Amino acid sequence: MLNKYPMWKNLMVMIIIAVGSFYAIPNLFGEDYAVQVVATRGAEVTATTQSTVNDILASKNIEVKRSELENGQLLVRVNNGEQQLLAKEAIIESLGDKYIVALNLAPKTPQWLESMGGSPMKLGLDLRGGVHFLMEVDMGEAIRKMTEAKMSDFRTDLRGEKIRYAGIRNSAKGIEIKFRDEENLGRAERFLKTRGNDMVFRDISSGGNYLLLANLSEAYVKQVKEEALQQNITTIRNRVNELGVAEPVVQRQGAERIIVELPGVQDTARAKDILGATASIEFHMVDEKADAAAAASGRISPSSQVYNRRNGGQVVLHKAVMLTGDHIQGAQPSFDEYSRPQVSINLDSKGGSIFSNVTKDNIGKPMATLFIEYKDNGEKNPDGSIKMQKIEEVISVATIQARLGRNFVITGLEHAEAQSLALLLRAGALIAPVTIVEERTIGPSLGAENIQNGMQAMIWGMAVVLIFMLVYYRGFGLIANLALTANLVMVVGVMSMIPGAVLTLPGIAGMVLTVGMAVDGNVLIYERIREELRNGRSVQQAIHEGYGNAFSTIADANITTFMTALILFAVGTGAVKGFAVTLMIGIATSMFTSIVGTRSIVNAIWGGKRVKKLSI
Amino acid sequence: MYQILSIKGTINFLRHALPISMLSLLLVLGSLTSLATKGINWGLDFTGGTVVELEFSSPIDLEILRGKLTSVETDGAVVQNFGSSRDVLTRLPVKEGVATDTQVAQVMEAATALDPQVIQKRVEVVGPQIGKELAEQGGLAVLVALICILIYVSFRFEWRLALGSVAALAHDVIITLGVFSLLQLDFDLTVLAGVLTVVGYSLNDTIVVFDRIRENFLKMRKSSPEEVVNTSITQTMSRTIITTGTTLVVVVALFLKGGTMIHGFATALLMGIFVGTFSSIYVASFLAIKLGINREHMMPVEIEKEGADQDALMP
Repeated sequence: MLNKYPMWKNLMVMIIIAVGSFYAIPNLFGEDYAVQVVATRGAEVTATTQSTVNDILASKNIEVKRSELENGQLLVRVNNGEQQLLAKEAIIESLGDKYIVALNLAPKTPQWLESMGGSPMKLGLDLRGGVHFLMEVDMGEAIRKMTEAKMSDFRTDLRGEKIRYAGIRNSAKGIEIKFRDEENLGRAERFLKTRGNDMVFRDISSGGNYLLLANLSEAYVKQVKEEALQQNITTIRNRVNELGVAEPVVQRQGAERIIVELPGVQDTARAKDILGATASIEFHMVDEKADAAAAASGRISPSSQVYNRRNGGQVVLHKAVMLTGDHIQGAQPSFDEYSRPQVSINLDSKGGSIFSNVTKDNIGKPMATLFIEYKDNGEKNPDGSIKMQKIEEVISVATIQARLGRNFVITGLEHAEAQSLALLLRAGALIAPVTIVEERTIGPSLGAENIQNGMQAMIWGMAVVLIFMLVYYRGFGLIANLALTANLVMVVGVMSMIPGAVLTLPGIAGMVLTVGMAVDGNVLIYERIREELRNGRSVQQAIHEGYGNAFSTIADANITTFMTALILFAVGTGAVKGFAVTLMIGIATSMFTSIVGTRSIVNAIWGGKRVKKLSI
Repeated sequence: MYQILSIKGTINFLRHALPISMLSLLLVLGSLTSLATKGINWGLDFTGGTVVELEFSSPIDLEILRGKLTSVETDGAVVQNFGSSRDVLTRLPVKEGVATDTQVAQVMEAATALDPQVIQKRVEVVGPQIGKELAEQGGLAVLVALICILIYVSFRFEWRLALGSVAALAHDVIITLGVFSLLQLDFDLTVLAGVLTVVGYSLNDTIVVFDRIRENFLKMRKSSPEEVVNTSITQTMSRTIITTGTTLVVVVALFLKGGTMIHGFATALLMGIFVGTFSSIYVASFLAIKLGINREHMMPVEIEKEGADQDALMP
């Protein structure tokens, strides 16, 4: 029989729409004021923390609406914004600086709904306010550092093998190792080649000059860059945590860029200071044989270098790095027995064993702490990127008193310096400097305004379209309107279900546009039905033909629109990506509701019956 | 049943095709000339620079604010109202050797001097490098979109129709860009999104007409290609008007109510929908006819039984 859906098909339509609507529900509940507690290094948020926090709040007469402990973080909901601030202060005061306490807005989704995976759509920064940074990692510096490390390796390795070389220097072509004769060059080349595939060697000797050129292999350069990016992401994530922001985003983009999004942050200067500070620390042995005065005038061993001291004067250090800041796990400012500020440092186990080895052989000798910082000095490279100035300063020289293990202290700092050094060390070191290449700050009032504007446009557009469809197609118009509404609910439902989907202002525009374009499917079908009726077909025939003939048109038309949305998604950033996502979801759901959804209703009402006239 | 257009018989669209496509060609040439001479007023997303959006507590005289922005850091600043007379947008170009933070601070200083209650609503800073990359990527995106469409339509329909549709899309994109160039409207990332949406929308329209042309070539065995095209356009006319109408309604709603941040997007769509509807008839179909489309070209589709497997999927 014509125009009858089997039961399973009707059921399928109902189930899909029900599921879509179900996951759209969480968006109706709004948000609670909340305080979020996350542990930093060394600490942990446990049930004990939870009860401590509850006790603190109870003692301050702050009513806790709900307190949840999930994924090592605690979320405490309170009644209003005033209590939220009070709660934050009270918690910070009693928990101390091992925890990050951030203000947050938590969705009011009921627990039963949440337990079934329901959560509202995530709002983009343009809708809730906050800062968006795009940072670029200076890969040239990462490569330069690696080249330095390799040169230092060559010296030790060749000396270890008793292969005599005349000099090693870094040239534009690569690392040049100079030999006095061919024999040593040959031995060195054979030996170095056995040391892995990181380097590519080439004999570039000419006219009595025995030179071996070493370059980082392509694969290794790629690996170095990848590692630099990954480590910087980790470091920036740690630093972001120091800011105490709820739900920050730190994410890679492409081969050398990092996106940082800080919802609700207004103090961009502080955020930038902490994110952009590319400070790291290195420990070097003091070159005691060197005469500082001679060194200053250029007479210096190639393995040593002159550095400035922060509090004046110069000191000659061995270039070889004993330990880098990467191994630092924790750093706290404190005071020694004479109330002088110091920073106590503890290392990870690998760093601990390296450090204990190198200090064992150097007891009684002076060790220097070198502080390296990259600063934006306002100058630009020819390509428009920001030129970073490298500042290296010796912040302390101390005699190693005993074999040092995982815990030790750095002294000789001002109080404020100790504070900021500890913060930077705790947050980890960046392997290569980063610069902020894009910054977008949206005020919270503008975000709220954007939502309101978007909703207004949606309501007006939708109202006109619904009224028109009802007047123009009557019965069928009503069905199309049901489909349109179901479509909108499903877009919201799917957006809420997909974890990565974010609603942005252009995203709202995408939804509004979907409302206008989604009727196209139904218009195509209905116009076709009218045409068939005009051509004298029976009612059942007309419905059947109308849906049948319109299908391939709708499919073709929508697939092509989908393709452009997909391309937009691929090239777009941030808000535009949000638009592309909503458009794609809108196309998929509108095809479903306008073809299958309406057909199911049409069949149920008119299908398989003797109908003389259609309400179309 | 009401009918917006009550069409009796077939309208001979193609009779006016030549003069109208000449007009189209003129518009395209005009747009290209404007693009070549005036260029596009690239927005911050593409050029890089700094934008500061301010909200004053009372309406403010832009001249006074301009007068205050006289330091080297804020040299070349563009100051304009944005939405209301209390909202002001300041745009500063990238300055060699000047940190953007300094620029923002200077603007805030000048604004606070005029009105201590001024609110900084939005700050956007984009490096010139990013802008350049984005412009390249954006251009590439439009190009890739057109090529993908060319391939898809050739595969699903026929190469003459594919060329027709791509020509129509290029027509729409060029004219939309031309209007942005002529009026020197800010072309930012949301506008690019708008242009790509126009590509999708306009193609939607074209495909609907083509689909009917394909069907009618098989039905109307004795008719000339011109007759088939005319019939197809006539048959799809009321759908085209209704869909264009509903889409226009929501885009107008976006334009009027959506706020200043998506004004460019709505503007691009508004123009794109007009030219897109028009081009699906007078550019796409006309070009396909000129390329000599006829019934034989549509036959392989029948042999492949395109419709047959579609029906199986159908409810």
